[in-house]
Amino acid sequence: MSTFEALTGDNAVAMAMRQINPDVVAAYPITPQTETVEFFAEYVADGLVDTEFVCVESEHSAMSACVGAASAGARVMTATAANGLALMWEIVYIAASNRCPIVMCLVNRALSAPINIHCDHSDVMGMRDAGWIILFSESGQEAYDNMIQAVRIAEHPDVLLPVAVCQDGFITSHGMERVEVFEDADVKAFVGEYKPQWPLLDIENPKTFGPLDFYDYYYEHKRQQVLAMENATRVILDVAAEFNKQFNRSYGLFEAYKLDDAEAAVVVANSTAGTAKVVVDQLRGEGLKVGLLKPRVFRPFPAREMAEALSGVKAVAVMDRSISFGAMDNAGPLYLEIVAALTRHGVQVPVSDYVFGLGGRDIVPREIEGVYRDALKAAETGQVENVVTYLSVRE
Amino acid sequence: MATKLIPKELAKKEDRLAPGHRMCAGCAAPIIVRQILTAIDDPVVITNATGCLEVATSIYPYSSWRVPWMHNAFENSASTASGVEAAYRSLVRQGKIEERNVRFIAFGGDGGTYDIGIQALSGAVERGHQFLYVCYDNGAYMNTGIQRSSATPFGAATTTSPAGKAVPGKQQFRKDLTAIMAAHNIPYVAQGAPSQWRDLMQKARKAVNCGGAAFMNVLASCNRGWRHKTEETIELTQLAVDTCYWPLYEVENGAWRLTYRPKERRPVEEWLKRQGRFRHLFRPENRHLIDELQADIDRRWESLLKLCGEA
Repeated sequence: MSTFEALTGDNAVAMAMRQINPDVVAAYPITPQTETVEFFAEYVADGLVDTEFVCVESEHSAMSACVGAASAGARVMTATAANGLALMWEIVYIAASNRCPIVMCLVNRALSAPINIHCDHSDVMGMRDAGWIILFSESGQEAYDNMIQAVRIAEHPDVLLPVAVCQDGFITSHGMERVEVFEDADVKAFVGEYKPQWPLLDIENPKTFGPLDFYDYYYEHKRQQVLAMENATRVILDVAAEFNKQFNRSYGLFEAYKLDDAEAAVVVANSTAGTAKVVVDQLRGEGLKVGLLKPRVFRPFPAREMAEALSGVKAVAVMDRSISFGAMDNAGPLYLEIVAALTRHGVQVPVSDYVFGLGGRDIVPREIEGVYRDALKAAETGQVENVVTYLSVRE
Repeated sequence: MATKLIPKELAKKEDRLAPGHRMCAGCAAPIIVRQILTAIDDPVVITNATGCLEVATSIYPYSSWRVPWMHNAFENSASTASGVEAAYRSLVRQGKIEERNVRFIAFGGDGGTYDIGIQALSGAVERGHQFLYVCYDNGAYMNTGIQRSSATPFGAATTTSPAGKAVPGKQQFRKDLTAIMAAHNIPYVAQGAPSQWRDLMQKARKAVNCGGAAFMNVLASCNRGWRHKTEETIELTQLAVDTCYWPLYEVENGAWRLTYRPKERRPVEEWLKRQGRFRHLFRPENRHLIDELQADIDRRWESLLKLCGEA
């Protein structure tokens, strides 16, 4: 029997980590501070996990130790946020390229400068080409569920890629909510035992990891990473189906909320999707045909599936919690992906972008309602007034 | 029973670093690696910082390593080793793998250790991971084209501290990394040289048996950077020892001990004049730089003797 507990997002993820009971956790808790690591340290101190907890001196060393431990043949996890992720950068790429199935809790917070610590998605958007699988979570519950599934996805022999499980800084990470916590034994059974295929610690069969790889092989190794990413979509769906069977909660590549007959759709990730659902319900109450597409899997980006889900709408408004400076129209990364996906798959509708909530700026239902009303107008006219709107910014 | 440190016995052991690697003729690094790995009878797992040793032994699809070996990046040989060692401890404790008395060794050059890797090294030894970090110190970033590091000797010409008309080579004295590591109060710290092979091998044995984190700083000549003949490698490292530029000592549980005392101290000039990187120091207007370097060596030697109770 599962239980219901009042947990913050950080605590929910730490709870999942306790139940997964990884062999090694290497983490640095402070750039900015992630409570997950503190909760997990308590589990270690109380003997509730078998984990070797390596409390490193920086995030760069956290990811380096994770790569070492994963190569050794251990099940490995870490947690970070914002600048901490930025400091990991070099090794974030190496973790994916060396095919280390590390699972990382990533609390999305604004990158410096100016130093900020509050929520936005600039941290994760910077790692979108690094070769990691990236999962978004609307709530602490979803972060908990995603962490458990992430282990299976990362370690699948057809994938062997690291997974970042995102949640919104403070809004989710420090917000307390009702979280369904599964039985320890059920989580243990679901994640199963990790059997590494080529552990460095196999003394009898010595292997060389991380060799110098020139123009004669490097390219093929990059191609293999693409194949792993392609395989990941199927594996993510298989794991979700199994999760649903075991724990009775359904996950896909994204969530389509009241999209079926919608004329105007908003695309927004993480906690703001929850607020947007409230707005959808209100507007539906007025008889307006609106819906929501909430991305869950950002890498690999499910372009075809999303285009299909949006093929019936007459206008799309994307909400981006980060900016891709100097990109087309100075828009956000999610907009760029959605525009490309729709165009690529022949869905010709007006698409606009709403940058919002940078550095933790609050977003309220009234603002999201405005986005929907703009989109409904675009649906009617077939035109967008502003390609990119910086929502509620003081100009 | 550990293999006796005598050539007849040691020669029977298989080289853990296979011949056929692509290190330069006369490079000290592979000599040091083989001395250290031959000294250890237990299984080893190696992490290696980016550098000559890494690039010249692991060009895909070839590998010179007959033992488990991994390269991650430049500055993180120590933190990578800490992850590997933590994984081993965890898996052994949980009964998932067998206890094999595995020794974890991290290799890095002076650039990857004194400079960009010092934070990761400091953190890993402070955490007490049971591993040996070996810095092969050739006094510059040799792999990338002989750029100065904080290990480069005062006065040496490198590609980023060239001997120019206004600035005659490197203007700063070398960082004393061995003392910095001793200040971490770890069980074992030592300085060695491949010319004193038995001393070096004994130190490697002590290091892996010290029960915690150990650090060894080993002088490694690079004939490309030092500019000397390839067959002079061992002779020139010994000359560095005999001039007291590179004293051999160990710090075991806080106790400093000189492990080799030159019968007769040689002036540093004898070591300098054999290397092209110091050629400019012998111009009349630069003579005073040799005196400054000698004074620095004298001061450091005296202070080492005091620490070792030999003053």
